[in-house]
Amino acid sequence: MRPYLKYLLPLAIFMVLVGFFVVGLKLDPRVVPSPLINKPAPAFQLPQMGEASKSFSPEDMRGKVWLLNVWASWCTACRDEHPLLMDISRQADIPLVGMDYKDTDAEASAVLQQAGNPYRMVAVDRDGRVGIDYGVYGVPETYVIDKQGIIRYKQIGPITEEVLNEKIMPLLKGLQ
Amino acid sequence: MRLRILFVLLLILPLLAMGEAKPLGDDPAVEARLKALSQELRCLVCQNQTLADSAAPLAEDLRQEIREKIAEGMSDKEITDYLVARYGNFVRYRPPVESQTLLLWVGPSLLLIAGFIGLWLTLRRRNSLLPDDIEKGEDA
Repeated sequence: MRPYLKYLLPLAIFMVLVGFFVVGLKLDPRVVPSPLINKPAPAFQLPQMGEASKSFSPEDMRGKVWLLNVWASWCTACRDEHPLLMDISRQADIPLVGMDYKDTDAEASAVLQQAGNPYRMVAVDRDGRVGIDYGVYGVPETYVIDKQGIIRYKQIGPITEEVLNEKIMPLLKGLQ
Repeated sequence: MRLRILFVLLLILPLLAMGEAKPLGDDPAVEARLKALSQELRCLVCQNQTLADSAAPLAEDLRQEIREKIAEGMSDKEITDYLVARYGNFVRYRPPVESQTLLLWVGPSLLLIAGFIGLWLTLRRRNSLLPDDIEKGEDA
């Protein structure tokens, strides 16, 4: 072994470790990759909010690229992304369907009345059963579902401007 | 005397109320399996807790779901697969051996082998240096 290698080797190992730590700092441990990506969106049949006689099923959206946004009135992070959802519903002709997760209709509709309703319709998942099928563990969560009913993307946590412009919008354009 | 009866009554009353708290599951066998299974599964909300320990609402829902699956007669493996299909391998505290987790499983052994090779090389070098040092010592 050459003499200078003796000093360079520990330094090199240290730099590799620092590299791992730097990458680790930027990763969000709360984001768990969903196994449902590129799989068919699980089927369900849920009543619509405000119109209990009507129901909603992902099957109704066949042939359309659409967004499924899981939210709740008790979820504070949902308030953060709400203005962006309003933007999406105003400018893009992408159907945005809400899923009210473990909530009461009274509280949920109060929020929509106060802050505005970005959803084309809201399915009510009162006991969170459908949420389990979709692997929901931290509201808000948003799914991009294509014309064949395949989940193409899942956003865990609130949608940010960055995520919307860099990931969701280009993906929607590509799918349409 | 009347006071004493009242006192005894006051002691007995809470005992009657105790009977009201019913366990969530009635079948002890189901509960035992649920406990064993949920200790192997991670709660996604409080990621450092098992599904058995977590008090998060989702963990409670998932425990209820597992309870129902057990009642339906599903095996432990089927229930685990059911959860993995929804939440990914992250729900398992014991990840399966796959191409993605191979380094996780063999990494420690590789490090141990590397350590032994390093030790062997160092010892061999030290052995070959030893006679020179002794000769030098004799010269001095």
